[in-house]
Amino acid sequence: MASVGNIADSAAGPVPGSAAATRPNPFGWLAGLKLGDMLAVLPFMLFAILFLVLPLGYLFVQAFQTQDGAFTLDNIAGLFEPKIRDAFWLSIRISAASGALGALVGLLMALAIIRGGLPEWIGNAVMTFSGVASNFAGIPLAFAFLATLGRLGLITVALKALGINIYVRGGWDLLSFWGLTLTYMYFQIPLMILIIAPAIHGMKREWNEAAATLGASNGQFWRYVGIPVLWPNLLGTLSLLFANAFGAIATAYALSNTAFNIVPILLFAQIRGDVLGDRGLGAALAVGMIVICALANVIYLVVRTRAERWLK
Amino acid sequence: MKRNKTWAWIVFAIGASYFLLPLLATIKFSLEIRKAGWTLDAYTNVFADPRFQQTFGYSLLVGLCTVVVGLLIVVPAAYYVRLRAPQLRPIIEFVTLLPLIVPAIVLVFGYIRLYNSSSLLPLTNSNLGTATLLTFAYVALGLPYMYRAVDTGLRTIDVQTLTEAATIMGANQVQVITQVIFPNIIVAVLSGAFLTLAIVIGEFTIASLLNQQVFGVYMQNVGANRAYEPAALSIISFILTWGAMGMIAFLGRFAPKTAPRT
Repeated sequence: MASVGNIADSAAGPVPGSAAATRPNPFGWLAGLKLGDMLAVLPFMLFAILFLVLPLGYLFVQAFQTQDGAFTLDNIAGLFEPKIRDAFWLSIRISAASGALGALVGLLMALAIIRGGLPEWIGNAVMTFSGVASNFAGIPLAFAFLATLGRLGLITVALKALGINIYVRGGWDLLSFWGLTLTYMYFQIPLMILIIAPAIHGMKREWNEAAATLGASNGQFWRYVGIPVLWPNLLGTLSLLFANAFGAIATAYALSNTAFNIVPILLFAQIRGDVLGDRGLGAALAVGMIVICALANVIYLVVRTRAERWLK
Repeated sequence: MKRNKTWAWIVFAIGASYFLLPLLATIKFSLEIRKAGWTLDAYTNVFADPRFQQTFGYSLLVGLCTVVVGLLIVVPAAYYVRLRAPQLRPIIEFVTLLPLIVPAIVLVFGYIRLYNSSSLLPLTNSNLGTATLLTFAYVALGLPYMYRAVDTGLRTIDVQTLTEAATIMGANQVQVITQVIFPNIIVAVLSGAFLTLAIVIGEFTIASLLNQQVFGVYMQNVGANRAYEPAALSIISFILTWGAMGMIAFLGRFAPKTAPRT
């Protein structure tokens, strides 16, 4: 045992990577494994290049090319045509609304189960359910909401029995901005709960006590301690939820193939049948989606790194 | 503290009704296929449908291939990065984050443009080629979860010592990974596998655009043509997702609790 420990210590020098390169190698096997090392990471790199970097790079190139392959900015300019601009605007609004409301409700629910004094089993049940519901998206989610708030849905029918028809002109419609937003919240809220729960657990009881000792009210505690500590996490998760909704398509497509003029559905139609009649414009549409999602995710990653220092 | 508790109960009640009502409504709807009374006919119809069996079997097969290919790609790379090349970590982690940043529909759009019938590598020309493309697309979708699961598993074992011990006893590098490292992180690997399966089984966008008859595409077809069967499919999907998550929670009990080094 002792000898193995010594070997481990000597080989696991302060900087493992450079150690192998600079130090005279006490063990032959390290030198012999160089080829094996490369082979170990080769499949990953090959996959990354063939199925992530090249396809996306190809779309980027095409977004800036005319049909003949010459450089152009026309495709990007084409994104501001009314139909495409409207699609981006609706997508952004739905993503922002479902993200913001999902974050708010998710935060309140996480606070309720962690700091609201509810029985522990409820907290556990909510966390387990969140794991399932955050993955319950796409086609089946659309079916569930059709059965609930569609024209023949449970709530619609029940309210009708009470004399309230929600499907009147100007009333409720599942195939509308608010309908899709409410549906998306079904996976946004659980995702928020899952991500924010560790941050709320990280808020120590002592902070409450310290604030109370200094004479702070509950409201003042949240105003000056709670929200400022959670703020980076909230902002970060918000951008993650935004990107999550922005790329989603299956739910909206299953609710109605055509009712929603959102970017992913427009892109879906473009891939299927070149509805825009312009290959370059299609690529530009995809690049536009990447840029918006990337921006949202960069905010998330940057903010999360900053937030982590509070959660020791 | 009394007032405190009341608001928590109110929030919980609102949340619970938002989450449970659609499930109850879907269950009720799925039982109402006959005018007289509740029956399980919608479920029997689904299970008896040969297209359900075909598409579900195919989705399962693609899902398993996805897990195997994903492991072949991720395990050696994560092991190597942890053992000898921490300087590669930022690159690898960035790559594993890409599928979260890039929407699935954009990814498949890139595949279709790059691997269409007139390209250098025309994968979409044959059924096998398209199925391969679908599998790799799913590997990409699962990559963030698979990598994180494997990396977490590697963090809980002493990779360095295990590797040296095995090497001294004459194991080559393939043997080290397959016979020493892999069995030690099997719990973490299985969690990643079940999460990947949960994501892949009902996937619609990518498969639909690659014209692959998978479970997600079948569900969409049924949704467009039937009234009660979609509700039954929705409940079946929910139970499947629950099963996958339950397996992950169950496996979590067997995960080693020690964390010798990070």
